Amino acid sequence: MNTEHHTYNKLSAHPDRFEQRHIGPRTLDIEAMIAQTKASSLSALIDEIVPEAIRRRRALNLPEAKSEFEVLEQLKGIASQNKVYKSLIGQGYFSCYTPPVIQRNILENPGWYTQYTPYQAEISQGRLEALVNYQTVITNLTGLPLANSSLLDEGTAAAEAMGMCWSLGRQKGTRFIVDSACHPQTIAVLQTRAEPLDIEIVLSSREDMLAQAEFAQAGSFGVILQYPDTHGITDENMGELIDQAHAHKLKVVVASDLLALTLLTPPGELGETGADIVVGSSQRFGVPFGAGGPHAAFMSTHEANKRVMPGRIIGLSVDSNGEKAYRLALQTREQHIRRDKATSNICTAQVLLAVMAGMYAVYHGADGLKAIASRVKRLTATLEQTLVQGGTQVIEGQRFDTLVVTQAGNGQNLAEIYEAALEAEINLRKLQVNGQLALGISLDETCGFDLVTKLSQLFLGQSNLVTLSDSFDFEGVLKRQSTYLDHPSFKLYQCEHELLRYMHRLQAKDLSLTHSMIPLGSCTMKLNATAEMIAVTWPEFAHIHPFAPLSQRQGYAELYSLLEGWLEEITGFSAVSLQPNAGSQGEYAGLLVIRAYHLSRGDAHRKVCLIPTSAHGTNPASAVMAGFKVVPVKCDERGDIDLIDLEEKSIKHADNLGALMITYPSTHGVFEEGVVQACAIVHAHGGQVYMDGANMNAQVGLCRPGDIGADVCHLNLHKTFCIPHGGGGPGMGPIGVVAHLAPFLPTHPEEAVGGDMHIEGEQSQAIGPVSAAPFGSPSILPISFAYISMMGADGLKKATEIAILNANYMASKLSGHYDILYTGNNGRVAHEFILDCRGFKASADISVDDIAKRLMDYGFHAPTMSWPVIGTLMVEPTESESKEELDRFCEAMIAIREEINAIESGKLDREDNPMRYAPHTVEIMTADEWTHSYTRSQAAYPLKWIKSRKFWPSVGRVDNAYGDRNLVCTCPPMEDYEA
Amino acid sequence: MSNPSDLLYTEDHEWALVEGDTVTVGITNHAQDSLGDVVFVELPEIDQELGNGDALGVVESVKAVSDLYSPCDGVVIEVNERLNDEPELINSDPYGDGWIIKVKISDPAAVSHLMDSEAYDQFVQAES
Repeated sequence: MNTEHHTYNKLSAHPDRFEQRHIGPRTLDIEAMIAQTKASSLSALIDEIVPEAIRRRRALNLPEAKSEFEVLEQLKGIASQNKVYKSLIGQGYFSCYTPPVIQRNILENPGWYTQYTPYQAEISQGRLEALVNYQTVITNLTGLPLANSSLLDEGTAAAEAMGMCWSLGRQKGTRFIVDSACHPQTIAVLQTRAEPLDIEIVLSSREDMLAQAEFAQAGSFGVILQYPDTHGITDENMGELIDQAHAHKLKVVVASDLLALTLLTPPGELGETGADIVVGSSQRFGVPFGAGGPHAAFMSTHEANKRVMPGRIIGLSVDSNGEKAYRLALQTREQHIRRDKATSNICTAQVLLAVMAGMYAVYHGADGLKAIASRVKRLTATLEQTLVQGGTQVIEGQRFDTLVVTQAGNGQNLAEIYEAALEAEINLRKLQVNGQLALGISLDETCGFDLVTKLSQLFLGQSNLVTLSDSFDFEGVLKRQSTYLDHPSFKLYQCEHELLRYMHRLQAKDLSLTHSMIPLGSCTMKLNATAEMIAVTWPEFAHIHPFAPLSQRQGYAELYSLLEGWLEEITGFSAVSLQPNAGSQGEYAGLLVIRAYHLSRGDAHRKVCLIPTSAHGTNPASAVMAGFKVVPVKCDERGDIDLIDLEEKSIKHADNLGALMITYPSTHGVFEEGVVQACAIVHAHGGQVYMDGANMNAQVGLCRPGDIGADVCHLNLHKTFCIPHGGGGPGMGPIGVVAHLAPFLPTHPEEAVGGDMHIEGEQSQAIGPVSAAPFGSPSILPISFAYISMMGADGLKKATEIAILNANYMASKLSGHYDILYTGNNGRVAHEFILDCRGFKASADISVDDIAKRLMDYGFHAPTMSWPVIGTLMVEPTESESKEELDRFCEAMIAIREEINAIESGKLDREDNPMRYAPHTVEIMTADEWTHSYTRSQAAYPLKWIKSRKFWPSVGRVDNAYGDRNLVCTCPPMEDYEA
Repeated sequence: MSNPSDLLYTEDHEWALVEGDTVTVGITNHAQDSLGDVVFVELPEIDQELGNGDALGVVESVKAVSDLYSPCDGVVIEVNERLNDEPELINSDPYGDGWIIKVKISDPAAVSHLMDSEAYDQFVQAES
C-alpha cells in the first residue's frame, strides 16, 4: 500500500524538478562527457575515484525532494512562526530601514552577490570602489585614518582588536582590561579568544580603571572601552582614560556606534592622540537584524598599525595605463601567506553587507545621516525626560539612543512593564544592574513619537510627552566638531536615479556568475538559485532581533533543528553548531572543542597539532589562535599526506598529540587512499582529527567525514550548500562533531546552545561563544535549507557525481595541452584539478598571472592562482556548469596555450604579445594609436564567440607593488574624479 | 646577475660582506628574484644582539613574506634606513644599495661556516 502511494506521489508530482535546474549538464551531455573521460558509466567513474574503503552505499536519510514552489511554501510556513515585534533591545543590534533601492539592486541582485573575493582586481573594480566608500565612511566617522573592508561581527572584531594589541606588544602581555559596560556578547567572545592564549580578561568599570590604577598593573597590554556603552552612556572621561592607558603603554580599543558618531566626538579625536583601534558593527546602516547576521563589523586604526591589522584592506593603485585602480592591499599580512605566523586566521570579510552599509551612507550623505541621528537622539531625550519627570530612575549620563531604567515611577514594577510591553508587541531589554532587574530601551531610525508615547503609557500610564526646551545635543568634549563624508561620493548620488545608475555602473565593472563560470579551485562557485535566495529578505526572517524572546523565534528554531539534523546526516556526525560565521571561525571553534575535550580529561599538555604542508594557510593560523603548536607533516611526491612521516611524528609527539588537521579530498584535489589510516594513526596516539570541509562538495552523498574517522569537520555553507559568496562574504562555517565532542560545542551568554544542550547536571566544560550571535548569521540559513530540501538525497548525490564528472571531463580535455599536476592512483582527479603552468616562465616568459589576466579578455575569471602549488592554476567547475560552458572555458584555455606556443616558437613577440599586455580595456582597443605587433582583434576577440558575450575589464593590469608601497585606502581626492 | 665572489653566503639566500669586524648583510639576487617586488622591510633595532640563525627582520613582497636570519653571532650597529622609503632597492641593487644591516662581530670565526660564491651557486642549482 505504502509503495503504491509513493509511486502515485511520484507520478503526480510536478515534472519540473529543481535538481535539473541546479545541475548544468543535460542527460545526453552527461553521456558524451563520460565518453570523453573514457569511463564506462558515471557510477564506474565514481568507483574509480572514491576509495571503496570510505564509500557509503546507502542513500542519505533526507526528505523527498521538493520543487522550488513547494520549498517556498514550506519556508513561508516556517517563517510564519517567527513574530516580528518592535525590538528596542539594542545591545549592538538596531532596527533600521534598508533603502528599497539598495535592497533590490544590491542585496537581492546576483550581479552583486555571486562574485568571489576581489582577487582579480581588473574585473572587480565595482565592488572595490564600493568597499573603498565603506572604508571612507569608517575612517571618517571613527576619526582614524585606516580601515579594513569589514570583519565578521562586533564581538569577533573586538577579539581581533585584542589580538592586534597583543601583537603590537610583541605578544608579551598577559592582561587585557575590559570595560564591564561592553556588550555582554562582546565580553564573552573576548573571553573565549583570550583563554587559549593565556591572556587574562580583567573586567572593570571605567571608574575603577582610573581609581584602582588598573593600567599600571604589570602585564597589562591593552584595554577596550565601549562608547556609547551597553547602558547607552557616553563617558565624558574617555579622553582621560585613553591618555592614562597610553601613559602606561597600553593600546586602547574603543567599541563604538556609527550612527552615534555622526554627532559624537570620534574615538580617534579623544584625548591626546585618540584611540589606537576602533571597532563596531555597521548593521544599522541599512542592514536588517537577520536574527544576528550577517552584518559587517568595522575596524579602523592608525597607519602605523597597518601590518598587524587583520582582514582585507582595499587600496588604491594604478593600472598599466596609469589610471587609478583599486586592489586588495597588503595581502602578505594574511593567513594564506603567513600561516602560523599570521596575526589572525580571518579570510573573509562581509563584503555584501559592507557594500550595503557604504551605499546607505552614499544615499543619505553626511546631512542625511546627521538628521537621522539627531531625530533618534531627540526621541531618546524626550523619552528620558518624560520618564524621569514621571518618577522613573535611569542610569544617568549623556546618551545617544539607549536608556536603562533601573526603577519604575508611579509604584510600577519593571517585570510587569516588560510583560505589558510584550503584550503591545514591543521587546525591551532585560538586564541586571547592581543585582536588580533593569530595562533597556534603544531607539532607532524606525521609531517615532507614536512609539515614545506608547512607551510613556507603558512606564507611566500616561501619554503626555515632555516638550524639550533645551538643546538635546551632546555637550562639551563629546560634541563632534570635525566634519565627515565631504567626498563627492557622498554628495552626488542622493536622488534615486543617480544612486540606481551609480550602483549599476559599478556592477557592470564586476564579472560575476551572471556572466560566466568562476572556476576557482577550492571555492565551489556553484549556482546560487533564485528560489534559495528569496526568503532571505522576508520580514519574518530579516526583522528578528538576535536576542528577541525565543517565543518569537519559533520559526528559526525549527529551521535550525531541521538543518542541523540534515547536516548531521550528510556528515555522519552527532551534533552540529551553526554558530561559526565563516570557515575560518569553524576551524577555530572546532580546534577549541578538541582542546576543551583534552582539558576535560586532564590532558592540558595535548597541544601539538599536526598539519600537512599542503594545508590551506588558515589551518595553521587557526591552530595557533586555539593554543596549539603546529608541527608540519610532509606530503609525498603525489601530493598525498606522507603516512610514514605522519606516523613518525605521531609517535614522537604521542604524549602531547592534540590534533591532526586534514582536508578531504586533499587540497590537491585527490581522494587520498590513506585517509582512514591517517585518522587511525592519530587516534592511536591520543589525538583527535579535524577535517577541513572546504572540499565537502566532493563528498556529499558518496562518503561522510564521520565515517572516514574525523572527529570534527566544518562545512562552508557558502561553498557546498549554495550561500552565495557575496563578493567576499558573508560566509557560514558550522561544525559537526562526533558524540564525545558534543558537550564542548560553543555556547552563548544569551541563550542555551551548543555544549549546554548536551550535558545534564554537570558543570559545563563547553567553549564560550566564537561569534557575537548564538546562531551566527541566521538570515542566510534559508538558502542552504532550500538547497537541501529541493535536492533531496538523490539530487545531492547526483550533484556530487556531476561535480566530479565535470572536473574529470575538463581535465581530460585539457590534459593534452597542460600537465595535470596531481591525480589519484588511476589518473583521475576529484572535483577539482591543478594545471601546471610553471614551465612557461622559461619557455615563453609567461607567468600564471599573465594567463589569469589573459582569461579576462576571453570573458572568464581565472581559476585559483598559485595555490596550493606556486605557478599553477586550480580549476573547480562545480556541478552547476553546463557542458557548453565547460567547453567554452576549455576552448579559452587551449587558445591561450596556443598563444604560449606562438611565443615559444617566435610567432608572437616575447615581450609584445597579447598575454603580457592583458587585460585589454575598451580605451586601449579604441585608442587612435595602436602600437602592438599583434592585432586589435587578436587582443579583444581571440575566439569567435567572444564577440557576442564580450566582458570588458574596466582597467588595465593593476600595479600591485605601487599599491603596497603607497597605501591609500579611502576615496581618492576630488581631482581624480574631475580628471 | 652573478653572485659576487667577494661575498659569503647562507642557505637562507643571504649574503655577508666581511670587512674587519663589520659584516654587512643583504639578500641575494636569487632571493629577491623569487620574492618579486619588495614592498616592505622590517629592520631590527640598533644594538640588538643576534645569535647565528636568529630572526632579525622580515622582507615582504606583494606575494610573499620572508624572514631574515642573522648569518652569524654579532651586534647590530647600523640598519639601512633608506629601505623604509625605498624597499625596491632590494630588487634593483641587492648587493649594493639594497643592503639591510651591519653587524659587529667579536670573533672572525663567526663567519667561518658561510659558503663562498662557488658553493652558493651550486647550492642554488641543487635546490631548483
